[in-house]
Amino acid sequence: MLKDITIGQYFPGKSLVHRMDPRMKIILVILYIVMLFTGDNVGSLIVGIFFLLIAYPVSKIPMKMVAKGVKPVIPIILFTAVLNMLFVDGKVLWSWWVFKLTQEGIQLAVMMAVRIVCLIAGTSLLTYTTSPIALTDAIERLLSPLKKLNLPVHELAMMMTIALRFIPTLIEETDKIISAQKARGADMESGSIIDRAKAMIPILIPLFVSAFRRAEELALAMECRCYRGGEGRTRMKQLHLCGIDFVGLAFVVFCFALTLITNTLLPSMF
Amino acid sequence: MEQDVILLADHISFHYFDDNERPIPVLKDLSLTVNRGEFVAVLGHNGSGKSTLAKHFNAILLPETGNCIVDGINTREENRLYDIRQRVGMVFQNPDNQIVATIVEEDVAFALENMGVSPAEIRKRVDDALKSVGMYEFREHAPHQLSGGQKQRVAIAGVIAMRPDCIVLDEPTAMLDPRGRWEVMRTIRQLNREFGITVVLITHYMDEAAQCDRVVVMDDGKILFNAAPKEVFSHVKALHAVGLDVPQAAQLADELIELGYSLPPDVISEEECADALAALLDGAGIHPQHQA
Repeated sequence: MLKDITIGQYFPGKSLVHRMDPRMKIILVILYIVMLFTGDNVGSLIVGIFFLLIAYPVSKIPMKMVAKGVKPVIPIILFTAVLNMLFVDGKVLWSWWVFKLTQEGIQLAVMMAVRIVCLIAGTSLLTYTTSPIALTDAIERLLSPLKKLNLPVHELAMMMTIALRFIPTLIEETDKIISAQKARGADMESGSIIDRAKAMIPILIPLFVSAFRRAEELALAMECRCYRGGEGRTRMKQLHLCGIDFVGLAFVVFCFALTLITNTLLPSMF
Repeated sequence: MEQDVILLADHISFHYFDDNERPIPVLKDLSLTVNRGEFVAVLGHNGSGKSTLAKHFNAILLPETGNCIVDGINTREENRLYDIRQRVGMVFQNPDNQIVATIVEEDVAFALENMGVSPAEIRKRVDDALKSVGMYEFREHAPHQLSGGQKQRVAIAGVIAMRPDCIVLDEPTAMLDPRGRWEVMRTIRQLNREFGITVVLITHYMDEAAQCDRVVVMDDGKILFNAAPKEVFSHVKALHAVGLDVPQAAQLADELIELGYSLPPDVISEEECADALAALLDGAGIHPQHQA
């Protein structure tokens, strides 16, 4: 049961987007987010949607994955939309007690909802098309200038790699411990929430003990393989920017330019 | 045999402290040499100090007294620590706890990346190492998709990639199923024979020890026997006394000798045992029925 959990929601593939340099993908996602928040009118939102309509088919990720990504934040979207609709000043369409529904409020609510959906869909595309290890690697390299400020960039990336490596191992172990405790008569399915939380203790304690033991052994094994931190380390896989990365960059810059144009042409809605 | 010593433990002693800060001696004035290209098994029951000895060979632990010399380098020389670790690779019991990366080839590259080898050279050595343990076709798998024996072979590849002169394996088959054990043993033997890598195999499986050039039996921090498997396993009583078994064939031969039958005292494999028994039966006038 626990084995089905996938972390990072990566969909392996060989599309153009999959083959892009992960560093470039991270930069482009950041650019896209900035673009979404720079745009302040209907035109700029259309540009944001236009980007997704091109990027998703190119990466061969089905559009329904957008819905899957948005699902968990629907309550937040609805909450902000309702607040926007009811508390923004403007031309009153309908009012009751302290609440008044305004035209500007409705516009803003729709804009914000679309923006958040675009934001999630755009960032999910990064994790859908980039393996966690490639992401970690890219983050390490993008942040490497910060090493000069004595930030432990390599160490953070190493911790992320090890965490990713041990997720399946620890999940398997959790399964085993649950079975072992059930065989000893542990009851995990009935009772109140508090009872069930208490039932987790005999699972978590052995899990923690074993995780510490594993950590100790892993540290020893790493030392035996000459690990001494990030200094003087080389990497087998070098990241290279190639044609497709610049095509991607050109496309995002193009969308950004469109957004800025719409900003000057169309009236601001915020 | 060429007398080129690669590992030398020269009168080393070591102790741990228990919970009450009392020292517990683990190694007691122990001396051992391993020659280049040798395949040595270290046997001993739990707590005999065999793992502690192994950790001295790549400077994880330093002896309290005495010296440990690896390929001419004293393990006390701190500035040559990584030279030593690169020369003596170490493989541990649980493959899950030695694999660092989420992809097989990335893990094999780990040691080389630490050593600062150039990317093209890393690629070449990783491929070579994976081929030499027969895991090349799994290079892009995630470790958790592999069986125990496969994971342990990846761990061995990760060490082999450093091109060590010697590998020390601390009970590498203890957590594996019979098939995994067989795979790992075959890989180790192959590395020893084809690539001339010195192997120190710490084990508690007698049949694994019987495949080695030399068996070192440890008990209570000291060396009890240090000889060829045939000679060591003929001391059935002494081995039983320190809580060790002998291969079943040796056990059977020993009990027959005890009963007064004349068998050669150095029987350790099933084939040798069958031959010896056949000779005995022939002598008693019992012959295979289908023989003319």
